[in-house]
Amino acid sequence: MRQPLLALLAKEPAHGYELKLALEQTFGQAYPSPNIGQIYVTLKRLEQDGLVRSEDVEQTTRPNKRVYELTPAGREALRAWVTEPSDGPRVRDEFFIKLILAPMAGLADRMELMNSQRRHYLGIMRNLTELQAEADPADAPARLLIEGAILHLQADLDWLERCQEELV
Amino acid sequence: MRRRLPPEGDRPVTPRSGGPPAETTALIRTSKLVKVYRADGVTVEAIRGVDIELGIGEFVAIMGPSGSGKSTLLHVLGGLEPATSGEIWLRGRRVDGLSTAAWAILRRQHIGFVFQFFNLLSNMTVADNVELPALLAGATPRQARRRREELLTELGISDKADAAPARLSGGEQQRVALARALANEPSVLLADEPTGNLDSSNTRDVLRLLRRAHAGGQAILIVTHDARVASLADRVINLFDGMVADDAKIVPVPRTMNGVADVLELRG
Repeated sequence: MRQPLLALLAKEPAHGYELKLALEQTFGQAYPSPNIGQIYVTLKRLEQDGLVRSEDVEQTTRPNKRVYELTPAGREALRAWVTEPSDGPRVRDEFFIKLILAPMAGLADRMELMNSQRRHYLGIMRNLTELQAEADPADAPARLLIEGAILHLQADLDWLERCQEELV
Repeated sequence: MRRRLPPEGDRPVTPRSGGPPAETTALIRTSKLVKVYRADGVTVEAIRGVDIELGIGEFVAIMGPSGSGKSTLLHVLGGLEPATSGEIWLRGRRVDGLSTAAWAILRRQHIGFVFQFFNLLSNMTVADNVELPALLAGATPRQARRRREELLTELGISDKADAAPARLSGGEQQRVALARALANEPSVLLADEPTGNLDSSNTRDVLRLLRRAHAGGQAILIVTHDARVASLADRVINLFDGMVADDAKIVPVPRTMNGVADVLELRG
């Protein structure tokens, strides 16, 4: 959560709720909606680390709002984050470990584990294809995010199939 | 898409004596279906005792590793290859013993086929490709043309009617193949990897068309590796080693749950 907030603040100063809205609007429905409490906590920590600073802006009809802006150190941290290579994709290791270890311990049948996992993946895929059908064609980030999730899930299913071929 | 009621006098027939009772709810039903290939002294058991059912208006996807017998099953169900043993029931009628000619008539009336590589007739226009099945089934040229215009419009390719299939993109060709398969308002659409040769935007178009056909009551049985296609189905059958390993309804994960967010764990 730290870097996306820094990146948004690099564009313009904003308060917590604006940052939440900006994330949602940029990435669309498929994006796990950020928790506002988490955003405030993260901002507070970024401020403690000297990466952002804030000031209260008076509002006439409402309580004051706290507006955050990037510090030079924050800009430097953001630049470092942007230039370093990102981690590769994560592997669904939890299911795989279950698949390998549980039958060894006599806790489960491999075919049953794979069947129930496949059903679960397809249920998620149903949601994703529905999201994709509903997505605004003009909204490239949201569309691509859904497509990325679909491709990852397809890879998970292909991997499951490979497991089925070799382990059963 | 509009569905036609079965014509009068085309009700399920009484099964032969000894056979299981016909079920009016099943469009396709198999019992202990087996397909064995024998060539040069080598025997391959592609299908080893498959019992499946497809309900009226139901959309079922068949998944499974390569060599699990998916395509063979689809071909046997469509009469493109004979079963070695076991039973196939289509609309309450036992059809596994039909002759090649009888299968051809049955397909014309009740089965639409879509393949991975489109299989359009290259020396005919798009319009002729789509009209041909209706003409073969005895429709008048006027009826065939009307149905073709309706389908091509619905599939967004009415401007390609006079083109040769080879001039079309893969996605457009697959839409033509879909139009052709749906031309006779078949009881069931059988599709073998229909998106296997398409890029993601053409796949999305085919998904949209399948979704719409299914919403219109079209029964669909589809063999696919593509989980996007499978996820549209009411039910997914997993075939493994020529046998049914799993047969289950698709239950969408509630969106409020972590399902989608789980795949989309964006970090940073």
